[in-house]
Amino acid sequence: MSVEVEEKAQVRRRDRLHPESRHEPLVFERSGEGKVGYSLPPLDVPETIAIPDRLTRSEIAGETEITEVEVARHFTRLSKLNFSIDQALYPLGSCTMKHNPRLNEEVARLPGFAAAHPLAPEEVVQGALELAWRLERVLAELTGLTRVTLQPAAGAHGELAGMLIVRAALEKSGNPRSVVLTPDSAHGTNPASAHFAGYKVRELKSNARGTLDLHVLEEAMTEDVAGLMLTVPNTVGIFENQILEIARIVHAKGGYLYCDGANFNSFVGIAKPGAMGIDVMHMNLHKTFSTPHGGGGPGSGPVAVAEKLVPFLPRPMVERRPDGTFFLDYDRPESIGRLRTFLGNFGMFVRALAYSSSYGNRIGEVARGAVLNANYIRAGLAGVYHLKYESPTMHEVVFSDRMQTEHGVHAMDIAKRLMDFGFHPPTISFPLIVHGAIMIEPTETETKPSLDAFVAAMREIARECEEDPAIVTKAPHTTPVRRVDEVAAAKNLVLRWKP
Amino acid sequence: MKFLPTSDADRTEMLRAIGVSSVDDLFASIPAEVRKPADLPAPLSEIEVRRMMGSLASKNANARESAFFLGAGIYHHWISAVADQMLYRAEWLTSYTPYQPEVSQGTLQSIFEYQTHICLLTGLDVSNASLYEGASALVEALLMAARLSRGRNKAVLSAAIHPEYRETVRTYFEPLGLTAVEVPAGPDGATDAEALRAAVDDDTFAVAVQSPNFYGVIEDWENGSRAAHAKGALSVAVVAEAVSMALLAPPGERGADIACGEAQALGVPMHFGGPVLGFLACRSDHQRQLPGRLSGETRDAEGRRAFCLTLSTREQHIRRERATSNICTNQALMALAVNIHCSLLGKRGLRDVALQSHAKAEYLKGEIARIPGYRIPFAGPTFNEFVVEAPERAAPLLSRLARGGILAGVPLSRWESDSENRFLVAATEMNTREEMDRLVAALAAQGSGAPSSGRSQ
Repeated sequence: MSVEVEEKAQVRRRDRLHPESRHEPLVFERSGEGKVGYSLPPLDVPETIAIPDRLTRSEIAGETEITEVEVARHFTRLSKLNFSIDQALYPLGSCTMKHNPRLNEEVARLPGFAAAHPLAPEEVVQGALELAWRLERVLAELTGLTRVTLQPAAGAHGELAGMLIVRAALEKSGNPRSVVLTPDSAHGTNPASAHFAGYKVRELKSNARGTLDLHVLEEAMTEDVAGLMLTVPNTVGIFENQILEIARIVHAKGGYLYCDGANFNSFVGIAKPGAMGIDVMHMNLHKTFSTPHGGGGPGSGPVAVAEKLVPFLPRPMVERRPDGTFFLDYDRPESIGRLRTFLGNFGMFVRALAYSSSYGNRIGEVARGAVLNANYIRAGLAGVYHLKYESPTMHEVVFSDRMQTEHGVHAMDIAKRLMDFGFHPPTISFPLIVHGAIMIEPTETETKPSLDAFVAAMREIARECEEDPAIVTKAPHTTPVRRVDEVAAAKNLVLRWKP
Repeated sequence: MKFLPTSDADRTEMLRAIGVSSVDDLFASIPAEVRKPADLPAPLSEIEVRRMMGSLASKNANARESAFFLGAGIYHHWISAVADQMLYRAEWLTSYTPYQPEVSQGTLQSIFEYQTHICLLTGLDVSNASLYEGASALVEALLMAARLSRGRNKAVLSAAIHPEYRETVRTYFEPLGLTAVEVPAGPDGATDAEALRAAVDDDTFAVAVQSPNFYGVIEDWENGSRAAHAKGALSVAVVAEAVSMALLAPPGERGADIACGEAQALGVPMHFGGPVLGFLACRSDHQRQLPGRLSGETRDAEGRRAFCLTLSTREQHIRRERATSNICTNQALMALAVNIHCSLLGKRGLRDVALQSHAKAEYLKGEIARIPGYRIPFAGPTFNEFVVEAPERAAPLLSRLARGGILAGVPLSRWESDSENRFLVAATEMNTREEMDRLVAALAAQGSGAPSSGRSQ
């Protein structure tokens, strides 16, 4: 089928599916003078403005005037321009887009959680403190580490917390050291977090297996190295099978082993990081523990640490008294301090505890399902897309566009074309060690028919690359907007609407 | 397991296709000695999870079932039913960072609208897509100013900035070798303008002042701006009660170069302190040093308006250790809540909410000031929050009131050991006069005859 014919067919199809215009004006463009979208009770105290004039404003020029009807419609229409996990497979590698249980949304909205205040007297928020304490116990058990701070708001925030904890521990023993090691396969946040913790970053080249080379590590691991930040399994989905040896090398020089736990979902309930010699590790509640991604946040990035790092955890920690009551312990003289206000993204704690309680001692099945599904996709696409590393992979698999570039098609084009088949694209261009990377993470919440449909689509696209590459390079054809000009956006910056 | 949709028959077929005999074979690369199952209780059903959560939630006093006057950075404002119900939609809830703009126009346009609301409220040119929360937003604002200063090392902070914000700044600054000097508040509760000016020198990259400040007192950001600009530093305006921006002169009109803080008050539930969201806005000259996600307007291949993430060359996934920040995401769902809330309330509603909050707080402040033994220590103008000095230690007093269903305030003793008798009281449009009168009566009843140990000014 030619691009033109295909496009026309798809235009007809999308018009049936979308009777309304797919262009939704800005909410500011829907505004009309005198319209009102709210109501408040009449003021029951005297009206007053007891503020000097020069410190007040008269109006917020440009703000909306719009009714509830239009607001409801505007945001409903906008929502329909988004792809979501409830729609279909969303195999964004490294992001763990799995089903979000709806019960967790409901319980997080209980007034005792959603309308609770972090600075209320402790005796009237015992339920909130107990919930945080119980989540900490669950995460400590799963990681095999001693204590967990729930304060970090996201994974990168957790990385920073973790490296500050390492720094504080080293400083106490006399020298914070100056270098942090990261493999070249690391998430970009790792070197950035190490930098903001005051460290220079030295990158370690991965070996032909796609894992850390022990000789490279041994050579780099000097007494000026604070630690190694290692993603387990790594970003090409390979479990570092020499993890115990890696820990030994790092510890032998007095360094700490940091684990980026973004991929914890591939071994949660199966193996314990603490037993691997990992000293400090962040988890992403929005990945392994299924709190919804919300279009890019909120997340939550608790950090678990081994016994020797406990004194340095951020303030405050939730503690339990002998009488069973809970309190916030601020009296932590060696703490790194605070990384944000209050206790953390508490609403995410509620969801994560609900999730882990639903699985209980069967939580290992999450990892088993995730690894099975990813390997099934790997088997289905082997030989059709190039696989740089032959090593066994866990919960995700990283192919590359090498077999398609000879037809002038790149990973980006394949990603866009997948949208026409009703899937969200995988992560592309990451990890950097695989040129033209196509990083696929299906998660455990996909059915076999869904995986089969994805594999069939990827195979069909590979065939198109050979027979009719234009249909791929011009994709997507069926989305709310066609390919978006990101270069123009950066060149001619328009970052807001103007009245 | 209800979240695991693979049947036994499917699993058998999948294992055959992979070429292994069991799922365990796929875990062969994990050393046997580190494999340990989780010692957790048996799985709970939906009914049991709901029961457990209901029981925990019932042990928390909450704003819907008490007379509620807590603030200090987290506020109880009205949120329309439309907003929360919209957040339940799967297209908002279960999508991720809009890396692929063709299937993420909803999130991208929502962020663009959020950025616009923040610009209108702050009076500045550019806003990012949101940050974790208020304290880390201040950190990012200061680090941005430090980068722009090319080599200066010192920030001057008003000591009337939220104490948890200042503590967060210290945590971030220490490893980077930056220092933060604090300038105390004067007797009226506002930062001493003279002391502020004196603290700024040629090594100063930013002067940060919060308004309304931690004591609820409205500051004039021009004091900070003048002090900063005199030495070539940037002026950073901090806002912890974002509703105030609808009534108070916006930072951009009082000389601020960067505005930052907490936007929770604009449509996000209190959530025991999180998830909330930080905002960060600046002048367009500085936009390339702005950290965090940005949604920009552009065109698609057919010339239609479209949005995408832009200026990503500032970010960690490209620049790694040289990035403007290590942050990877924003608080998109909270930014959506703010967008919906600001859109609904709009020009008139945002102001109405601010006016009502202010009027109620003024009423309550006047009534409390009349209780024998009680006084309002700071004379500076306030927006919707103020410090009360009780004739006894505040923490136990507030605990007694809380047990009686009145969450009357936040004791300052948590942060200031010499302010044992002082506490912060906030009022919003959610408070009725009846509730406020009940608080006043309760304080009057408590206060009678108790000895005072507090410091007076």
